[in-house]
Amino acid sequence: MKKQISKHEYQKLVEEKAPGSHFIKNLFAAFITGGAICAVGQIVMLIFENFGADKELSASATSIIMIFIGAFLTGINIYDEIGKFGGAGASVPITGFSNSIVSPAMEFKKEGHVMGVGAKMFLIAGPVLVYGIFASVIAGLFYFIWKQVM
Amino acid sequence: MAKRLGSQTIVLDKQPVILSGAGIVGKKEGDGPLARYFDDVVDDEYAGEKTFEAAESRLLRDTYIKALEKSGKSSTDINIILSGDLLNQCTAASYAFRDVDTPYLGLFGACSTMSESLAIASMLIDGGSVDYAVCAASSHFCSAERQFRFPLEYGSQRTPTAQWTVTGAGAIILGKEGQGPRITCITPGKIIDEGIKDSNNMGAAMSPAAHDTIRSHLIDTGRNLDDFDMILTGDLGRFGSTMLRELLNRSNIDLKDKHKDCGMLIFDLEKQGVDCGGSGCGCSAVVLSTYILNLFMQGTIKRLLFVATGALLSPTRIQQGETIPGIAHAVLIEA
Repeated sequence: MKKQISKHEYQKLVEEKAPGSHFIKNLFAAFITGGAICAVGQIVMLIFENFGADKELSASATSIIMIFIGAFLTGINIYDEIGKFGGAGASVPITGFSNSIVSPAMEFKKEGHVMGVGAKMFLIAGPVLVYGIFASVIAGLFYFIWKQVM
Repeated sequence: MAKRLGSQTIVLDKQPVILSGAGIVGKKEGDGPLARYFDDVVDDEYAGEKTFEAAESRLLRDTYIKALEKSGKSSTDINIILSGDLLNQCTAASYAFRDVDTPYLGLFGACSTMSESLAIASMLIDGGSVDYAVCAASSHFCSAERQFRFPLEYGSQRTPTAQWTVTGAGAIILGKEGQGPRITCITPGKIIDEGIKDSNNMGAAMSPAAHDTIRSHLIDTGRNLDDFDMILTGDLGRFGSTMLRELLNRSNIDLKDKHKDCGMLIFDLEKQGVDCGGSGCGCSAVVLSTYILNLFMQGTIKRLLFVATGALLSPTRIQQGETIPGIAHAVLIEA
């Protein structure tokens, strides 16, 4: 039987006809969500500074608080809704990183604490950690060489 | 004896009877437009079990019992169970039927499982080796998500072509004699892969298979669309249905208003936030076993071509850069 349409033609047709994402709407939602999360972070940091903590301590304490907020909102089934609305605006900040670790930990608890939680916890965050640490080692190496030369 | 017609189609001689059908679904499906046709709606996503996988088995088992009850048969009358699901190694079905004292054949046809089981059971009954068979399939949103996508609580956005895995199970009791619509003809489908790689666009991956099977069925039987009351595809969803119509148009087959899709029937696409519609083995199984059988009982439809479609992918093969093979089997049901 002769084919009516070639593979290539079909793929082009699908690309042409497939409904696209709402670009403007998603962009706006990501901006609002990401901005709101950062604003909360800023407020937390100002509070720490207000209590006399220096810049470095305030920054570390803020990260810890934001990670907790992300984990907490994941635990009470809210962060997935924020992610659904905000897209990258919710996944890029540190709260999203927290969500990406806590959500598989919750999901795979049924498979036990070792092969479930332990093994699957970094299912999503794993690549970020691997390449993040790798990139920081490379950057550190360059920094070290730069220091020696200058 | 059954006889082969054309290249792919099998015309059944004994014409097995659909004695009864049952469908049990989850809450979201129960909030959908077909709510009043379902036998039960289970609000708890765990269905009283400890895991989503166990919940899916529970739904399947309960649906089987319900269908049996409605058919007036007992489990000892059943010669074979043909069932399948989406989980690795078809475990929803094998755990559902492990305490049932009946021979069991596990099937995997992804979302086409229901038409696969009906096709095989029909041939077994037609051949005289089986008197009564159970055809069933199930899927569960939560167990499918964790196997194919992300953890439930992970905040991610769905693409506009994505479909929502139906939580539900459908079962049909097929017999050599009795009252009900009959399966008269089947067209097992070929695996068609048109090179779609996006696992969030399974409608597009499956529609070429649906096109091929529908076209083959029409050529083999010499029928045209006017001979049918409805062409019911499995779960192509909104976008897959658009592509099917487009492909059939190119083959000079006009679907007119005859086409319905289980994935679009089970949810309210605009209100329920399911993007292109429902999917999963349970989708076509539930819609056929409840709503469609009801249409037959009321006499609204008399001849229906049921074409459940499946995307035969695994996350591993997709990660390896492979494309998605599609399949569709057609079963002709007549009042």
